[in-house]
Amino acid sequence: MNLDPALQTFFAESADLLDRMEEALLRLEEEAGNAELVNDVFRAAHTIKGTAGIFGFDEIVHFTHQLESLLDRIRDGEVAVTAERVALLLACGDHVRAIIEPVANGAGLSPELRTVGEALYARLGVELGRGEARETVTPAAVPVAGAMPAASVAGEAVAMAEHWHLSLRFGPEVLRNGMDPLAFLRYLTTLGDILHVEVVADALPEPARMDPEACYFGYEVAFRSTAAKAEIENVFEFVRDDLQLRMVPPGSKISEYVKLIQELPGEPMQIGEMLVRCGALTAQELAQGLARQADVDAEQQAAPEQHVRPIGEILVKQGAVESTVVSAALEKQQTVRDTKAQEGRFIRVEAEKIDQLINLVGELVIAGAGTQLLAMQAHDAAITESAANLLRLVESVRNTALGLRMVPIGATFQRFQRVVRDVSRELGKDIELVINGADTELDKSVVEKIGDPLMHLVRNAMDHGIEKPEVRVANGKPARAQVMLDAYHDSGSIVIEVSDDGAGLNRERILARAMERGLVAEAHALSEKEIYNLIFAAGFSTAEAVSNLSGRGVGMDVVRRNIEALRGTVELKSEPGNGTLVRIRLPLTLAIIDGFLIGVGAARYVIPVDMVVECVELTAENARSARSRGYTDLRGTALPCVWLRDVLDIGGARARRENIVVVQFGEGKAGLVVDDLLGESQTVIKPLGHLFGHLEGISGSTILGSGEVALIVDVVALIKRIMARTELEQMRYAPPPALSQPTLN
Amino acid sequence: MEISKRRDSDGIHLTVTGELSIYSVHDLKQELLGALQEAPEVEVHLGGVTELDTAGLQVLYLAKREAVAHGGTLRLVEHSDATREVLDLLHLSPYFGDPVLIPGVAEEAAR
Repeated sequence: MNLDPALQTFFAESADLLDRMEEALLRLEEEAGNAELVNDVFRAAHTIKGTAGIFGFDEIVHFTHQLESLLDRIRDGEVAVTAERVALLLACGDHVRAIIEPVANGAGLSPELRTVGEALYARLGVELGRGEARETVTPAAVPVAGAMPAASVAGEAVAMAEHWHLSLRFGPEVLRNGMDPLAFLRYLTTLGDILHVEVVADALPEPARMDPEACYFGYEVAFRSTAAKAEIENVFEFVRDDLQLRMVPPGSKISEYVKLIQELPGEPMQIGEMLVRCGALTAQELAQGLARQADVDAEQQAAPEQHVRPIGEILVKQGAVESTVVSAALEKQQTVRDTKAQEGRFIRVEAEKIDQLINLVGELVIAGAGTQLLAMQAHDAAITESAANLLRLVESVRNTALGLRMVPIGATFQRFQRVVRDVSRELGKDIELVINGADTELDKSVVEKIGDPLMHLVRNAMDHGIEKPEVRVANGKPARAQVMLDAYHDSGSIVIEVSDDGAGLNRERILARAMERGLVAEAHALSEKEIYNLIFAAGFSTAEAVSNLSGRGVGMDVVRRNIEALRGTVELKSEPGNGTLVRIRLPLTLAIIDGFLIGVGAARYVIPVDMVVECVELTAENARSARSRGYTDLRGTALPCVWLRDVLDIGGARARRENIVVVQFGEGKAGLVVDDLLGESQTVIKPLGHLFGHLEGISGSTILGSGEVALIVDVVALIKRIMARTELEQMRYAPPPALSQPTLN
Repeated sequence: MEISKRRDSDGIHLTVTGELSIYSVHDLKQELLGALQEAPEVEVHLGGVTELDTAGLQVLYLAKREAVAHGGTLRLVEHSDATREVLDLLHLSPYFGDPVLIPGVAEEAAR
């Protein structure tokens, strides 16, 4: 049987559960008395154990069982929640996370994981303390039929059995529903020992009427375990709808067993004998119990009136007992149904399928654009209108499809709670993480890739930005520092801010360092912001810089590169004494953009429309001066200009009329000089193959409605490249006037 | 699941291989009951059974009951690990009444 899809679900669910567990544990540190949180943690551990049990991942079950035992104690209030225990539980959660995959893949655990696991297991055992002792009590002897005298009064008599008796009757559909009762029995063995099983096959009909796919077998199970009733019940959680489960705990009254016998379909004597074989009752106990019952029945028949009252009382009593049991059961079913309803609101879909859908929608967009083009060429008003309608619908389909990939960034942010907690302890600082805008949605593929850069920034902020508590207090700041994560949407992009209320950056030292490394010429008068952004420069973050600059800026160029790979930008603000803010701006999605189509010669290019500020004509008289100076006058400000034809080495004569596309990126502006402006078009980004992957200035390609291929211009990278080249030229020639270098402002 | 059938002076030998599960129980039921009608003695070779679930077990159980009811015999032989595990779990070996050989012995017996 192929388990792969089920396994994938198991991975995903476990990851979710572990996340939830971690979150609850972190909150538990603050609110030690919150029973709901303990329950959350317990449920997570329990569900993972249950599912792992079904797959037969014994190593996971073994470990989570121990974890669950401690949680159970905490839940019962027998063990208090302390910071050390939370830390232990967190470590256990990490361990479970680490072992799930190797175990599930059948690879087995590495020696390191095994050592960690054993150490944690032992520590859990220590915490369990008394529980351990209880579990090591000598196993109950299986009573020998007839050997033990039963107490004389049957009503009060306690059977000698010291194990659970479970009576299982499965519904006929259980096999067709994909569940095998055997699997549950196997799983039961993880909680204790099955001493005996009686297969109840009375329901198995004549061959002709037997449906081989229906379940006829029931089981009577003698089960020795120290597990709680709920734990045993939970083994059968997945078949609850298809199972009649009756449980008689160890040391129950004989009457309980008699009741069980009467409740079960089939001959009482036969079932009674099964119970004897299971060791639940001795033969003597059974005889006594049944005889007593017969006496009661006979007495009732003999003198009904006399006994109306007591029997009535018994019934009332029984009724009362049952009503609480029933209402508890109903309540449980209700909660199960509620959770199911909640689950129903989400469908787990393979990421692959959504990618496929988006790909198709992409093709649809292209085809739609083609149709519209043809319709316009046909000069038929009806067709043009119909095509426009179609395109409008396609556009909303596109938006909806892209929406499918959108996930709130909250989950990513939450992960940092743990990081902040751990690192702040490590550093001996008191730091709190403040999260805003957790609901802000962005593309899942972006979320996945933003995690690492964010981690870097958060760690940096804690390590180097935030001062020691003593220093903070001395500077009149609260001892508890804050690291803030913010997210919000801003005109077609998402902005993520990582800020701290620490000491801020040391401007002079950065500048000195940058000059030392030749990143800036001394003559340059740099703005505050430019100086701070120097720490994103490649080569700024060397090991040497770490010691000289207290490490601020380590790997910041990597952060910047990661973000730019997502077509995003990053900038930094800092105020000495008040903290630092890093602002990341990312596109909402990576798959489809609204593009602005331009033409240079016969070639077509696409610029993301979000970056286009305006388009102006480059008049013939301006063209000459602009070409020689590298910038032009845009309403009184200097706009650096780039000739796409030159930059991209497109041959051919210059067009008679040229246009400037003014693009904005981050907070800088530049002009791209092109031949034709062809207007907006929806652009499905097709990544470039490996061969062209390293191309600077081109981020992908797309297919136009007409079937032509257009390259997508990576404006930021393109301008960077030109700047680098200009700087080289500047070095070669005399120091140029400041303006000849296209700056970001 | 695949079933091959062989007849000799002892009766019918059915050799079952593969997964004896809900996906194949219809065939199994037909073959087993069919064989019991053809001959009073049926031997089922389970050496190649890789999986046995409740559905498969029920059919074996039914066949055994039928055989006994009509005075025939049904023997399960050469239990594979998968079948032995199920019979052990459910303490069903006494019901089928067949000697279950542990692997080492089984190999020697085969030689």
